[in-house]
Formats: sequence, C-alpha cells, structure tokens
Amino acid sequence: MSRKIDVSLITAKVAELFARANTELRPDVLEALRELYEKESIPNAKSMLGVLVENAGMAGKEKIAICQDTGISVVFLEIGMDVRLSGGSLKEAVDRGVEKAYSDNFFRMSVVPDPVLRENTGGNTPAVVHTDIVEGDGIAITVMPKGFGSENKGKIAMMNPTSRPEDIVAFCVGAVRDAGPDACPPYALGIGVGGTMETCALAAKKALLRPVSSVNPAPHLARLEKEIKQKTNSLGIGVMGLGGGSTVMGVCVEALPTHIAGLPVAVNVSCHALRSASGEI
Amino acid sequence: MSKKITMPLTEKTIESLKAGDEVLLSGVIYTARDQAHKRMCEMLDKGESLPVPLAGEVLYYCGPAPRGKRIIGSCGPTTSGRMDPFTEPLLENGLKGMIGKGRRSSGVAGSIRRNKAVYFVTAGGAGAYLSAKVVSCECVAFEDLAAEAIYKLKIEEFPAIVAIDSKGDNIYDKY
Ligand code: SF4
Repeated sequence: MSRKIDVSLITAKVAELFARANTELRPDVLEALRELYEKESIPNAKSMLGVLVENAGMAGKEKIAICQDTGISVVFLEIGMDVRLSGGSLKEAVDRGVEKAYSDNFFRMSVVPDPVLRENTGGNTPAVVHTDIVEGDGIAITVMPKGFGSENKGKIAMMNPTSRPEDIVAFCVGAVRDAGPDACPPYALGIGVGGTMETCALAAKKALLRPVSSVNPAPHLARLEKEIKQKTNSLGIGVMGLGGGSTVMGVCVEALPTHIAGLPVAVNVSCHALRSASGEI
Repeated sequence: MSKKITMPLTEKTIESLKAGDEVLLSGVIYTARDQAHKRMCEMLDKGESLPVPLAGEVLYYCGPAPRGKRIIGSCGPTTSGRMDPFTEPLLENGLKGMIGKGRRSSGVAGSIRRNKAVYFVTAGGAGAYLSAKVVSCECVAFEDLAAEAIYKLKIEEFPAIVAIDSKGDNIYDKY
C-alpha cells in the first residue's frame, strides 16, 4: 500500500524547521557552550562564552536569527519507498519552504544562484537537497542552515591507503590551525573518513548532525575523535582567538568503505552556531 | 573593565588603545562587506569620490539580517580577512577603524600602524546579542546590494576587543 503525500506538506515542514533551526540553538550545542563557559579560565574568553550563551537565549526568546548568516539551506530528505508524492515537484516544494521561512522570519538571503555572476535573487534558494530512499511510508526531514565563515574552512585530502591514524589526526588538526580564530570558534568538526571524494565530504557534513558531544560506537573511531579534540584544544586558539582551551567543542567522525588505493579524509568545520532541526511527515 | 569609547575616534583615543583592551563602542559606524569593498576600491581607482566619506570613520564588516519590525536584524561580524585586499586603499583615504572577526594580513597590519588606525574584533556569531546594541540603522549607499549595502548604524556600548592597535601590536601574532 502506498501513502499519498502532497508536496505542500513538505513545504510547510521545511519552513517550520528552518524557522526553528535559525532561532533556537540545538540543546546539545547550548549544553556544550555552557560546559566550556564553566571550565574557561581566561577572563575575556569566559566573558565571550557568556555572550554566546546569552545570545542563544535572546534569539530563542525574540525569535530572531542566532547569527545574521542564516546560511546556505541544506536539506536532508529520507523518503519512504511506499510514499507517492503528488501536487508538484519535490525540489520546488523544498525551495518554497526555504523561501517562506527566510522571508517570514527576516532571515538574511545569502545565496547567489550563479557563483560567477553573483547576483542575489533573494529567497535563499535553491536549497542544497540530499535525498535517500528508505523503507517505510513516511518522510524524515533534517534541515541545516550552514554559515559560510566556517564552511570556507573545510578541507579534503585524498590520503594514501598506508596512512596511519596519526596522519588523519594531523590533517584534521591542521585544518583547525589554518581556520585559526576566523570562523567563530569554539568549532564543531564533522569528519568523513573513507568513501569517495564526494561521499567523504557528505559524511563529514552529516557527522555535524550528531549530538556534538556524542562518541562514535566504534572504538577506533572514538579514539580518533578523542585525539583530534585533545590536539585541537591544545592549539591555544580559543573562543574568538582569545587563547585558552575552548577551540573545539566536539568532534564527530564517520567512516565509509573505500578503495584499496586510497583514504579520503574530509573536515567540515562548523562554528559555534551549529544549527539543524529535524521533523517527520 | 571595559574602556568606554565614543566615535568619531580621535588621534588621542586611538593612541590610548592597546591590543587586548576590552572596549564598549558608542557612536556612528558604517557597515561594509565584500561587494561594498570591491565597489569602493573600484571607485577610488577611477578617481571617483566615495558615497560615504571615510575620513575618520569606522567600518563594520557586517551584512545584517533584515530588520522586520526591529531596528535591525541579527548583526554580528563577518570574517575580516576577506576584506584584506581592499583595506589598504581605504586606510590611505582616512579610514580610522574597522570592526570584524579574525586575523588580518601582514599588509593590512602594517597599514594600520602607518595610518595610525585600529582594528577591533567583536563576538562572531552573537548577532542577536549585538543587535540590541544598535539604536538606529539607515541604508546610505549601494542599496541594490541588500544585506551587502552600506548601512549607517548608531551603536551604544557595543562590546569589542582591540585586536591590532596603532603601534601594530596584534593579539593574533601567536598564530
Ligand atoms: S562562522 Fe558561523 S557564527 Fe560566525 S558569522 Fe558565520 S555563521 Fe555566524
């Protein structure tokens, strides 16, 4: 039996989720910032962490954007194979939802449809849509407004298959060193290991959807997470580059099968304004 | 304790500011980010005068969110480094202060010292919090650029930290 779903429901859900993601900081991220605030010993770094916590509170209460860069609109769809969509195109339904959220809530329109001409047509569309077909008759939607201050600091390397875990750690630590104070630390790192060039980068982005302080259940990957977090927090960058240990609030590594000849590693850097929201139809 | 600073910045004020100082800024500043910088530099190249006189002024690297029913939307700083290629001509034309986030090139740092200017950083990603420090906002140039236009902001006790002072001391030198 297939379930008929009108795409207007997708529009409404996408709009609702972007409104929420941009104004209510994820509870796991807020918790991580609070923990860093408690631990921070450098006075002006501590006061800035306090500002970030206060900022999240104000945004949620006044329903305004946590950060003025409300990002490029990334949407992950998991569509059940028993769903039959009706009423129009899926892609357009998602874009209408983005447009609605961004205009109704006075979010900044930051997307230029052509990267060379760079004309901003408003609407913050087209969205970046990743679709998976899964079992079942429902649709799971996750939205992620991704700011570009931190997106610009991402890195990918096609490493040798003989590389050791230390080499993976060194590459990821290097990405944070290069980002320095520019992209609003404390950072969250989504790291993809393995796969192909494009699936590795996508795994890195999806890793940012995990609770920021979560640990990968595979011990060898958990070890990578722990080591990358320790080493990046010894770089001395700190919140806003003011020094101290609050450089990275969380590291999430996701692994994918890969080829005998290679070891892709991708780091997707997120600023402290790590935003996403999920819902179902 | 934060030092309270009022714009326009006088030579004496600028000289008193040291890298690492926490300040609360009050007075008038102008927003400008990537495209506004590019345009201003193109105008200077052609010998045209700028839509806002920069002499003695402070630029804020910011593309605010739309205001809605408020004075201004969320309005935190954007990454300053992207403005580096355009900054020296503006400093040569009298710009005295900049507010943004993150590091500057050595060229810009040198020009800040030579032109006796100052570079502040403020809380990146705290756009909601900073919007409460803005008491008026008016678009004064390049309106077609929307969020990237130049807005004249009046701010009150806007928190910032001196990142590069007029002697060239730089809180980010350790990187
Ligand atoms: S890096 Fe993140 S917190 Fe900083 S300005 Fe960009 S979106 Fe906002």
